[in-house]
Amino acid sequence: MLYFSKIKIITVVITTLILVYFSFSNFFKFDDNLIKNKINLGLDLQGGSYLLLEIDNQPILSQTLQNKLIDIKKIFNEKSIKAKNFSIENNKIFFETDILSISTVQNILLNKKDDDLNPYFEKFKTHQLVVENNENFFSVYLSDYGIVILNSSSLDQAVEIVRRRVDETGTNEPNILKRGNNRILVELPGLEDPARIKSLLGKTANLTFQFVSSVENDGFGTEILKFDNGLEEATVSKRIILNGDNLVDAKPRMDTQNNETIVSFTLDRVGSKKFGRATTENVGKQLAIILDGKIISAPSIREPIVGGSGQISGNFTFQSATDLALLLRSGALPAPMNIIEERSVGPDLGKDSINAGIISLIVGFCLVVIFMIYKYRIFGLIANFALIINLFLLIGILTLFGATLTLPGIAGIILTVGMAVDANVLIYERIKEEIKKENNNVIAFDSGYVKSRTAIIDANITTLIAAIILFLMGSGPIKGFSVTLGIGILTTLFSVYFIARLLSSIYVKTNKDKEKLI
Amino acid sequence: MNHIAFNKFYKNFGFLSVILIIISLSFLVFKGLNYGVDFKGGTLIEIRLENSSYSTSKVRDVFSKANLPNLTVKNFGNDTDYIIKFQKQNLNNPDFISNLKNEVSKSFPEINFRRVENVGPKVSSELLKSGIIAISLSLAAMLFYIWIRFEWQFSLGAILALFHDVIITLGIFSFLSLEINLSIVAAVLTIVGYSMNDTVVIFDRVRDNLKKYADLNIFDLTNQSINETLSRTILTSMTTLLALLSIFFLGGEILRGFSLAMILGVIVGTYSSIYIANPVLVKLNVNHNTVVKKEEDKN
Repeated sequence: MLYFSKIKIITVVITTLILVYFSFSNFFKFDDNLIKNKINLGLDLQGGSYLLLEIDNQPILSQTLQNKLIDIKKIFNEKSIKAKNFSIENNKIFFETDILSISTVQNILLNKKDDDLNPYFEKFKTHQLVVENNENFFSVYLSDYGIVILNSSSLDQAVEIVRRRVDETGTNEPNILKRGNNRILVELPGLEDPARIKSLLGKTANLTFQFVSSVENDGFGTEILKFDNGLEEATVSKRIILNGDNLVDAKPRMDTQNNETIVSFTLDRVGSKKFGRATTENVGKQLAIILDGKIISAPSIREPIVGGSGQISGNFTFQSATDLALLLRSGALPAPMNIIEERSVGPDLGKDSINAGIISLIVGFCLVVIFMIYKYRIFGLIANFALIINLFLLIGILTLFGATLTLPGIAGIILTVGMAVDANVLIYERIKEEIKKENNNVIAFDSGYVKSRTAIIDANITTLIAAIILFLMGSGPIKGFSVTLGIGILTTLFSVYFIARLLSSIYVKTNKDKEKLI
Repeated sequence: MNHIAFNKFYKNFGFLSVILIIISLSFLVFKGLNYGVDFKGGTLIEIRLENSSYSTSKVRDVFSKANLPNLTVKNFGNDTDYIIKFQKQNLNNPDFISNLKNEVSKSFPEINFRRVENVGPKVSSELLKSGIIAISLSLAAMLFYIWIRFEWQFSLGAILALFHDVIITLGIFSFLSLEINLSIVAAVLTIVGYSMNDTVVIFDRVRDNLKKYADLNIFDLTNQSINETLSRTILTSMTTLLALLSIFFLGGEILRGFSLAMILGVIVGTYSSIYIANPVLVKLNVNHNTVVKKEEDKN
């Protein structure tokens, strides 16, 4: 065990030097372009906000079923199938057919070719719909797979919109990630108070233009909506003249005539046409501008608006006009989102945590180092040297992977310092036992290393198992702990078996006749 | 070499452990654990008031104006820092926290909001579930690993020692009403790893000795193994405790619960490696044949 080949020594030294170099890049600024990686500080250390959003997909599900129902009715009409009592309850479509058409209906609904009812059968060999029937009473609902696809497409869209909105606020290096099938994680480093982002993300931003209707029924149906101030309400037609999809730009602006803040918008070509036609035909009527089911304002149309641009007024402050413009520019979310978890840390707490972490690391390190020298003298020095290298290796690897260091992560490093000497202690204690039986120091050292090996490997693997499970199950800061603990075990084994052993072997070989070597 | 007759006290300490486990379990059942916002849901706000002449009750008065359910206010670390917690799980109003901040700032103009955590009911129950799964999974993984590396008797001894450590550590947390948050789960998992580490080193020696001394009975053999590894056990516990004490005293308030759990765990874990894991081997009458037979089977 004390023999090292030249190649091995060179490899160990080079690996060590590279990783030490990497770890130094965190403390000093190098002018080369070799290392771009750096350890990232977690939100708990640098300060910032963490938001977990959950998409409420129920509205999309209801909408999808409504559309399916329309499709089904249309197809039944085309094929002259008699059906009645259509209804949607608990996310299921119910209807009744006549007895003779049961099998025809089944064939239509579970068609093996792509059509409106089963849009992806040919691709995925599975139906979007589940069809159940008790005689002529049918119930139709989305299959599990259909729901998964629905969720994942709404998640994709929502992530895109969230990213646009966050980017527009000019937040530094935001981190936006999907979590599971209906959640989005937003990390905002350096942002202490996420109030504005929260209110921006809390809005679906569904913009529609609908006419205020005086008659009860104008052919499209009407609905009563509240104004944004919550006081007044108005009856509006359900007919949507235009929605936010047709907007290409929106900006806050100062209206010099009335001295109030407005949002001006520009429409795309299709939108301009639609808007132009609707305003031409309805001069004198009130057009309600509705955001997320609330009327922002309902101005009267004084003249046709054909230029493809317009403006929204509604008692805005400059901030609220800016936010509305931002929401309109970035587009509507496919479904409403709720903030289900929020954590924010101020920068001074982060700084305090870093300081406390570093001080306890230094103190813990010094205590262990002194203890080891006191206990093992020269071999204590060797173990301590290995411990220092171990720390650099650990930091070097964290740098190499661009890992995120959290406060529990620092605790993991300190714990590694305490536990890392264990392997050397096991070896040295075993060597002490061997020296009692064996006069030859070199042989005693050799068998000390050999005989302690299984215990060291077993002991470290058990801790590694705990670290891996933490990594898989943990979140955020805790994951940071598992990373430093786990990598710490690997670097410990490396530093003990290569560095400490190399130094020990050199020392033992040159002092092999010395009595009471350890 | 030291020779301490650890085995003389197997019965006494075994009895003590059983009593400690019963006490811990009854605390866990009747008093329960003091879950933090991570697991209970709700809101936590850490503030600093540079003017330390305020009292906790003054801070409580100001916050209670906002009509917050289950409000608690505690001093945190030093005179100027406070932790405010309440059960506000409905996060649907995104302005809730900023409104609260504005309201409180009127009474404390110099207030510094250092940390805000708000966990909804769904997330907190998921975190609790994944914490319990993580701990169970790690126990199962350890059991499995030891079972592969040693005989089943060793595996049983090690796992009983682990349960002992986890139950007593959590029992102490329940007794002292210390808060259980995500970092405590990490601490418990690390305790599991550490305690296992300690047990494995002694077991490794027991196995060695079982092969070497065919006629030594397990009662004395475990004692000899414990003694042979004792200086290592003490040294490693010492260095680990030194590191942990350094975190406990200097690592700041946030890591205090975590390091305390680890310190308790290391002490209980070191004890259980000697007084739970080994007596189990004695009870199961492990002998020379237990380890040697398997070696022969392999060949």
